[in-house]
Amino acid sequence: MKDKIINDRQMQMNRRAFLSKSSLGVGVAALSSLLGGCQLFSPSDNGILNADKSGAGILDALHFAPKAKRVIYLFQSGGPSQLELFDYKPLLNQRRGEDLPESIRKGQRLTGMTSGQSSFPLVGSLFNFSQHGSNGTWMSDLMPYTSKIVDELCIIKSMHTEAINHDPAITFFQTGSQQPGRPCIGSWLSYGMGSMNDNLPTFTVLLSRGTGRKFGQPLYSRLWGNGFLHSLHQGVQFRSGKDPVLYLKDPDGIDRASRRKMLDHIAELNSKQLEEFGDPEISSRIAQYEMAYRMQTSVPDVVDVSKEPDHIYQMYGPDSMQPGTFAANCLLARRLAEQDVRFIQLYHMGWDQHENLPSQIEGQARDVDQATAALIMDLKQRGMLDDTLVIWGGEFGRTNYSQGTLTDTNYGRDHHPRCFTIFMAGGGVKPGMVYGETDEFGYNIVKDPVHVHDFQATMLKLLGLDHERLTYKYQGRRFRLTDVHGHVVNDILA
Amino acid sequence: MRKIPIKISSPFFILGASILAVFLLSTSLACQQKQNSNVAKTQVNSSAALTELVPEVIDFNFHVKPILSDRCFKCHGPDANSREAGLRLDTKEGAFAALGEDKDHYAIVPGNIESSTLIKRIYTENPDDVMPTPESNLKLRAFEKDILKKWIAQGAEWKEHWSFLPIERPEIPAINQSSQDQRIINNPIDNFVLAKLQEQNLNSVGQATKEQLIRRVTFDLTGLPPTLEEIDLFIQDDSPKAYEHLVDRLLQTDAYAEHMTSKWLDLARYADSHGYQDDLERIMFPWRDWVIHAFQNNMPYDQFVTWQLAGDLLPNPSREQIIATAFNRNHKITQEGGVIPEEYRVEYVSDRTQTFGTAFLGLTFECAKCHDHKYDAIMQKDYFSLFSFFNSVPEEGLIEPYGAIPKPYIVLTQEEIDEKLKFIKNLDTLKEIPLMVMEEMPKKRQAYILDRGAYDKPTTPVSSDVPASILPFSEGLSRDRMGLANWLFDKDHPLTARVTVNRLWQQCFGRGIVATPDDFGNQGALPSHPELLDWLALELMDSNWDLQSTLKTIVLSATYQQSAKVTDELLELDPENSLLARAPRLRLTAEMIRDHALAVSGLLDRTIGGPSVKPYQPAGLWEETIGGGGGSLAKYIRDKGSKIYRRSIYTFWKRTVPPPSMMTFDASSRDICAVKRQTTSTPLQALVMLNDPQIIEASRVLAYRSIENETSSTDRIARMFRLATSRHIEAEELQKLEGLFEAEQKRFATAPEDVNALLSVGEYPQVDLLDKHEIAAYTIVANVIFNLDETITKG
Repeated sequence: MKDKIINDRQMQMNRRAFLSKSSLGVGVAALSSLLGGCQLFSPSDNGILNADKSGAGILDALHFAPKAKRVIYLFQSGGPSQLELFDYKPLLNQRRGEDLPESIRKGQRLTGMTSGQSSFPLVGSLFNFSQHGSNGTWMSDLMPYTSKIVDELCIIKSMHTEAINHDPAITFFQTGSQQPGRPCIGSWLSYGMGSMNDNLPTFTVLLSRGTGRKFGQPLYSRLWGNGFLHSLHQGVQFRSGKDPVLYLKDPDGIDRASRRKMLDHIAELNSKQLEEFGDPEISSRIAQYEMAYRMQTSVPDVVDVSKEPDHIYQMYGPDSMQPGTFAANCLLARRLAEQDVRFIQLYHMGWDQHENLPSQIEGQARDVDQATAALIMDLKQRGMLDDTLVIWGGEFGRTNYSQGTLTDTNYGRDHHPRCFTIFMAGGGVKPGMVYGETDEFGYNIVKDPVHVHDFQATMLKLLGLDHERLTYKYQGRRFRLTDVHGHVVNDILA
Repeated sequence: MRKIPIKISSPFFILGASILAVFLLSTSLACQQKQNSNVAKTQVNSSAALTELVPEVIDFNFHVKPILSDRCFKCHGPDANSREAGLRLDTKEGAFAALGEDKDHYAIVPGNIESSTLIKRIYTENPDDVMPTPESNLKLRAFEKDILKKWIAQGAEWKEHWSFLPIERPEIPAINQSSQDQRIINNPIDNFVLAKLQEQNLNSVGQATKEQLIRRVTFDLTGLPPTLEEIDLFIQDDSPKAYEHLVDRLLQTDAYAEHMTSKWLDLARYADSHGYQDDLERIMFPWRDWVIHAFQNNMPYDQFVTWQLAGDLLPNPSREQIIATAFNRNHKITQEGGVIPEEYRVEYVSDRTQTFGTAFLGLTFECAKCHDHKYDAIMQKDYFSLFSFFNSVPEEGLIEPYGAIPKPYIVLTQEEIDEKLKFIKNLDTLKEIPLMVMEEMPKKRQAYILDRGAYDKPTTPVSSDVPASILPFSEGLSRDRMGLANWLFDKDHPLTARVTVNRLWQQCFGRGIVATPDDFGNQGALPSHPELLDWLALELMDSNWDLQSTLKTIVLSATYQQSAKVTDELLELDPENSLLARAPRLRLTAEMIRDHALAVSGLLDRTIGGPSVKPYQPAGLWEETIGGGGGSLAKYIRDKGSKIYRRSIYTFWKRTVPPPSMMTFDASSRDICAVKRQTTSTPLQALVMLNDPQIIEASRVLAYRSIENETSSTDRIARMFRLATSRHIEAEELQKLEGLFEAEQKRFATAPEDVNALLSVGEYPQVDLLDKHEIAAYTIVANVIFNLDETITKG
């Protein structure tokens, strides 16, 4: 055994000598190719497999044949009202102003914002619905562009959650737990599946603020945190402006040639330390610096939308010319998807319509409608929709009764966990499908409920992962995205 | 998917003749490293785990129980509700009980493999019978099965869980010292470590140089690098006591107190905001200042913790004792309109319970909130009995009205501070400082077992109590937090001292004797040196809980003073360095990395305590995530002047958007009690070190400092290098950096705009010590030095 070690060691020394003797070009090229082979993830069960020589239990193969390679998750933060957008309930218009029957409410706990209300007057949508697509799917007039592509969508009207407030509900969607501290979806995927490219982070995050309600619910950077997973798996926020990733830009006064020269010196001096101390952590650091250098080129390239043709801007809508809008982020998401970034997480804020819902939701819907449809069709025309899963949805739904005073033209809606609507497209879900049903009051699910953990399990399945086997052992327990729950919704798989 | 199989047990597995294979090899090394923190958590240190061989003599606690716990307890463990087939393997009675309707067979029959159904079930290939079941996604490896079999063959001796057994004074192993070996024994720590090495036929790599040693010990005890003067003095001091004097001096510094505080802030989940939704500001710095004050005075640990847990329940408590109890109000608190207050009040009590479990018992108590613990003997009833101690606080679940100070709190006045509480540094001269503290309700709030942990599903009432399996709560103790603190520091308590010394050890070695400082339970790592752990625990208790004296013992050991060189043999046999044949090479923490840059450049402002400060942070981070609320924290308003050069423990901590450069270097999020951090290596870290204005500015100021002190470029570069690494630069290194300096100087001479741009980074005024293009070139060299692996490492 020792001979082998010495032999290996010798080879490593040769490599080092090779690196340090070569001028920067060769050394860098070699290092770059190294990173390609280095999948930055840990095995599926860090507890058992650690010495499992047979390889069984290590996630070096997916659990299932994957349908999707990547995910674009258009998170609508605040809780979009399903009743104005997707879930057509004419009964609520007919019984407008009547009190929500207790036979329907069934003791559902209410948030502190409406639990004190003396009555719960039912209210239907002020916006019209009409039927679209080959299945005659009901869609709101608020979503004209999305309505045109319903044949591409799998709409789930029977989502439900456990949390009734934003922070716990959004944390639940992203991490499977209402209390902060666990890894989010993108981190789990990075950990389980690694990266598909050498130049960009595998989990990216884009934020936009709604125009319907400029200031609604806050976001928290922990929503893209790695929890107890290795920090390589944390989401990297892309921002509009001169520094698209924090600390990405060289300081003014340092040009690319200088930076390259600096990195070469760092690498050479680090290699010398490696020879001295033999600590493999040093070679890891050399590789990380090279990845950072490549990101400095690849990130500005990918966020540079200036060469997109006019018809693309027209497709995504006028907002797409404005950096930092939802539409611009959708366009950027497509570009990231083209570069094989695995998980692209968008957050669009402003969907929390407790009051002035009719006026606010128009702006919110306008923010997202055209660009969402454009993104899906753009992926399709590039042949990427088949292996890209697009998800659109918020953390919960909204009540069928008005929060605050109901007038002819105005009302609000409180949070509602018992039913809400999300939709998906591409990536192995059935197109042109409406799944699940709510009662005619739009308050309870009557058919095919989908819990948040079911949604997570299904998403993982589409990516080729068994949610019960993507685990990480921490503090003695094997954690999962789906905690100890979740069932794959097979009915919606293509 | 992954193309190259990467195995964790051995980094040296790919062998090939082509140059490609050589690349692959180093790739696997890089990958290997990234797994390390992960491996560390799960590696069971024992000769069996090191070699995967079945040991001659099987020890239940070290060899058998980790397997039973990890693969069997989920269905055959403490949780009665998920127990299958009536078999429980976590107790002796259960493991040896007769099974089946007719009580005619046994899982384990000591000495009789044939009659032990456990053996049949783990070896069978029939998927209907095999254990663990295929559905569990768990497996036993061949050598693990063999261990179980051999254990039964050897008589199936049962032992109680090691960490619940009383701490016993271990015999200090004798070491045979031959004349030619280099083994040094400074104190009994070395006996314990050398005895283990001897068992494995391993040798220490030898001692560190004096330069390496002063850097290491200064970082470990103060979080800062040594100054050049300190290094020179130490090197020149030939007295045999030189090192001990150095240690004594370091322990007396304010920097020591700050560094110890920095660790305590993670454990106490300290932050300057409430967490959750709008994440409003809170003022808790007087408590943080008290912690610094306590470490400055080396307050005995039992007193330090007792005041924090129950200072308000002391007879006629002083203001200082009440301030200490803010410890238990550092948890997150919500102001989200619409939440159900009781749901969150229960969450706060749970947080205190979990903090107590993690910080003082090293147990994952929180696992028993919803059900009996799956692995440890902690029932759901035990959880809520401990919860009951923290349940009678006159507090609200929801901050109302918006921005209110959550009850209970006290108001500190400047007068009071001037007279009695001088340790509070009211630098912003607030007229009144409200501070959340603990208080006990006149009538205890009844605690209940909550079904599935849900706040609205109380079932059986419980009273304040602790698990008797750890140590029974003696009759004489009051059933309140004071009684709980007294129980914790009972001399017979098996956990408190072990858990504490383990953290001190981790502070010095990067990894505890128990590698899972937050889990001393069945699923936690086993101690690599159990006798040493007990010896240290007794030292701590015998010294009247004197932390400084224990730390001093640790750093005076020859084990601590070893070199950090990794030999091939050691890397192969003990990649995690659990046997300590060498010193660890560890990346500095987030705080240390920033403080180091500030210290060596001379920027560091050494003011102690006071309100938290806001140094450089990329613009817009707070603004782009707020939802219209957030009060004083809606916008990040960077501080001016020397405040931006304070030590990082004073950096303002907004929980929902923590300082990004620190999070990139694995700082704890302060959401919950944390006693261990990761040490990772990522591309984002490289970007911070290369481009963060804090580091660029420090590079420029380091250049100024070297220009002022030396005259030639050689000496200036050498000085910068030595300041950053604590060692003299070697000729080859100097040559490379001089080459860089010359090239950059030439470039800058023709690029005055670049010069001006680079020198304008940061608030520190420009100083015209030389031609600007020369200063810019030195700045580049300084930045390269700050980016060296060695600079951000203590080895």
